[in-house]
Amino acid sequence: MPPREGIYGLLAEFDTPGELVRAARQARLDGWRRLDCYTPYPVEEAAEAIGFHRNKVPLVTLVGGLMGLVAMFLLETWISVWAFPLNIGGRPTYSWPAFIVPAFEWTILFAGLSAAFGMLALNGLPALYHPLFNAPNFRDGATTDKFFLCLEALDPKFDLAEAKKYLESFQPVSVVEVEY
Amino acid sequence: MKRDPEREERISLEERIDPATGEFRVIAPGQSFQSVTEKITRIVLTPATPLGWLALFGLGGALASVLLVAVTWLFLKGTGIWGITQPVAWGFAIINFVWWIGIGHAGTLISAILLLFKQGWRNSINRFAEAMTIFAVVCAGMFPLIHMGRPWLAYWVFPLPLTMNVWPQFRSPLVWDVFAVSTYATISVVFWYIGMVPDFGTLRDRAKSKFAQHFYGLCSLGWRGSARHWSRYETASLLLAGLATPLVLSVHTVISFDFAVAVLPGWHTTIFPPYFVAGAIYSGFAMVLTLAIPLRKFYHLEGLITERHIDNMGKVLLATGLIVAYGYGMEAFMSWYSASHWEAFMMWNRIFGPMGWSYWVLITCNLAIPLTTLWSRRLRTSMPFMFCLSLVVNAGMWFERFVIIVTSLYRDFLPSAWGTYRATKWDYMVYVGTLGLFIALFLLFVRFLPMIPISEIRTMLPGAKVKLPAEATTATEAGD
Repeated sequence: MPPREGIYGLLAEFDTPGELVRAARQARLDGWRRLDCYTPYPVEEAAEAIGFHRNKVPLVTLVGGLMGLVAMFLLETWISVWAFPLNIGGRPTYSWPAFIVPAFEWTILFAGLSAAFGMLALNGLPALYHPLFNAPNFRDGATTDKFFLCLEALDPKFDLAEAKKYLESFQPVSVVEVEY
Repeated sequence: MKRDPEREERISLEERIDPATGEFRVIAPGQSFQSVTEKITRIVLTPATPLGWLALFGLGGALASVLLVAVTWLFLKGTGIWGITQPVAWGFAIINFVWWIGIGHAGTLISAILLLFKQGWRNSINRFAEAMTIFAVVCAGMFPLIHMGRPWLAYWVFPLPLTMNVWPQFRSPLVWDVFAVSTYATISVVFWYIGMVPDFGTLRDRAKSKFAQHFYGLCSLGWRGSARHWSRYETASLLLAGLATPLVLSVHTVISFDFAVAVLPGWHTTIFPPYFVAGAIYSGFAMVLTLAIPLRKFYHLEGLITERHIDNMGKVLLATGLIVAYGYGMEAFMSWYSASHWEAFMMWNRIFGPMGWSYWVLITCNLAIPLTTLWSRRLRTSMPFMFCLSLVVNAGMWFERFVIIVTSLYRDFLPSAWGTYRATKWDYMVYVGTLGLFIALFLLFVRFLPMIPISEIRTMLPGAKVKLPAEATTATEAGD
């Protein structure tokens, strides 16, 4: 994220996941698009509420797994047939049933690494800095027991005073401005 | 560590049982997001290291230095210092390799298979079971390496473009093993680390010292709990679990191929893959119990690792133990039914031969003791009993590998080629040394990393479920 000046967004703090989901769902219905929820544990309904229904992690994993499968099978074939053919008890050099096991292992290996690193990459992690950590109450709560809704300043609907009033209508514990 | 009298110890038996199911509760009543977070992070973030931890770490370190001495001497002199010779060319090293790998399997089973089966109770124990997996694989992986006459050439097992133009022989199960075990180690580490990322975020935000904030901050990769992140995170966890499940079954299957593909009586049998996998889970759950029972006592985690966990693990032990018993029975049956006198002699020799004592140790530890007692719920929830039983099963599973390897090898086809096997002090030193290494690594994990997944425990607390206020809108959102 390039360094910016000014306000990143407005952060509303809630005590329960239910209040958060209600606010997020309403905000999205009211036309907000640049918004996000922050919870100390996965709250599926929160992602649904902000309109995040599906992600690309399964696709990345599938592509990774297929790459592993093809790479290992070709490697085994090339080694056993062309690079270093060995006569093992008269068996054919292209003994494809025996190649299945390492090819299977590499399918799992590549798929697993793709799932993990793909998830991190799609999430934009690792990130050394994020403006949300400037909010005084974020670090105390977001990883322990509080639930946050952030309306971001990049949203075309964003107007500091009005957005603040809007968030306060959901009766949060607090609404704070988050600076870059 | 401050030892305040723990309130959950005073909670009566009625409160610890869930009236809806009649089972013990997965989490003791009276826990909140705050209390759970506080309890688990305090173990890691406290500046005071408990004396008991230091003492045990000292013991682990001392044993690990025995390993260092034994391996140094091994590298100087070669594998001749071990008891291996013809005809028993696979001795302690391979026994220990299979034993350690098997122990690791329970961690993956708990973290992956039980996740797919939506067994919520696994949440309290999955993190340290995964840690156990990784450290067990570390100990296991060492054995094939040091068993090579020239361990500095270990990289030859990988398909690398070397100047000699020598490549691995992919029709050999020993080469499959390289890929199975290395994939298993990698995926286990990745699964474990990804699972800890949100908890690192919690530790970062609760740490008082600058160093801890930076350390856990870097480990957390900047985790901030965004709903979009959680969504991808949950997908990735589920996918990793789905991938780890066939992986863990394949690993011990491939290890059993190391034996089953050989023509040796006692090895050459098709029951080996399922029988090895069940045995692996059997020994692994025993090791989880060996670790969990002292841990919950020492760190006062009775509210998070409850009788329910111990009870359920007892049931898994019973189930896998019965599969193992079936395996033993089938081996004996097939040696008769095959009408091969090599097979029949092998079985007779295994039970009544000069090393028959090891078979009877195995039957006592793996079948006679656990499979008679584990039916009782009172015994399954008795901590001293389960701890002792877990040690018995661990020992029994070690003897199972001893029986499979040694009693099959030392008297094969030609009586003129028969021999015997006697382990030397260096064999014992390496084995005991890996136990020390395991203890030391596990203690470091308990002290510096969150041993119970905090974010997963939170999802199980009352109040974690989304309860929408009455006036909530039920309109469905249009997709993106």
